[in-house]
Amino acid sequence: MTESRTPLWEVFIRSRNGLAHKHVGSVHAADATLALQAARDVYTRRGEGLSLWVVPSSAITASDPADKDMLFEPTASKIYRHPTFYEVPDEVGNM
Amino acid sequence: MPTTSISLDEAPLVLHLLRRADDALILGHRLSEWTGHAPTLEEELALANIALDLIGQARLLYAHAGSLTGHDEDQLAYLRDARAWRNLLLVELPNGDFAQTILRLALFSAFMDPCWQATTRSADPTLAAIAAKAEKEVAYHLRHSAEWLIRLGDGTEESRRRAKAALDALWPYTGELFEADEAEREMIAAGIAPDPEALRAAWEATLTDVLARAALERPSDTWMQTGGRSGRHTEHLGYVLADLQYLQRAYPGATW
Repeated sequence: MTESRTPLWEVFIRSRNGLAHKHVGSVHAADATLALQAARDVYTRRGEGLSLWVVPSSAITASDPADKDMLFEPTASKIYRHPTFYEVPDEVGNM
Repeated sequence: MPTTSISLDEAPLVLHLLRRADDALILGHRLSEWTGHAPTLEEELALANIALDLIGQARLLYAHAGSLTGHDEDQLAYLRDARAWRNLLLVELPNGDFAQTILRLALFSAFMDPCWQATTRSADPTLAAIAAKAEKEVAYHLRHSAEWLIRLGDGTEESRRRAKAALDALWPYTGELFEADEAEREMIAAGIAPDPEALRAAWEATLTDVLARAALERPSDTWMQTGGRSGRHTEHLGYVLADLQYLQRAYPGATW
């Protein structure tokens, strides 16, 4: 009953360095407004962020852990996809 | 630090600062009583965050008052007897249920939000600086309590019954928000404090909006409780102070 009245929301925070919103955890809340407040109260107590997203956990479609081998295993043998095989001219400096 | 109570020369500015500081500390203490008892983890943190905001405001106000009387903030918080406390009766009442806790916070914050905003223009630069910090904090306290009140009033049968009962119980304590005695009027005239009567329209507008969305009826203004500002308190304050002051009274100057 508690679950249905206060469903789970996933919380994303954009920290002040201008990066993308990053998943930090979840909260229970009755609706989107209270979820945003709960996220503020639980996850931004130490100046962690400048922007918050909350997303209903039920809106997330997740890959099946059983498909892990099929989905992710084949990339292990394709190390040439990493950009480590190219020589970067000195003039470019740090990338 | 002497264990005996201090007596203060309450010049109008000192009295004004103590009134605001005592409101913040006692309400902060009441909210901190929810720690370990709140309905959900999320709300537990929310109430504790608000309590810490208020206790922080109290510390700044006590430090300012103490700089005028020659006391430190701990002496002002821990070494005054109930009759020397200047807080509103509203903030010393027990928490009651969650609806009563939320409603009290909403009633108080709906007043303090415009009050701190106006105080940012105070002729006292220290008080204006405290107001600039407090104003942002209280704006959130108001939003948080208002959103909850709307959901309680317009929620289940039980939450609605509790919200209505809280409204009937606390409404007679709202008159004190707008009191201004001679000392207070001196502060208003000096441009140090806003005139509470000038804040009434904003308070009314906020509550009219929130109560309408909560489907709750605004109680009519009947007889209003009074006394806190001049030290005539309910029996409840003594118990709060017993908790709050025990350590410093029993072990003067104790630190950790």
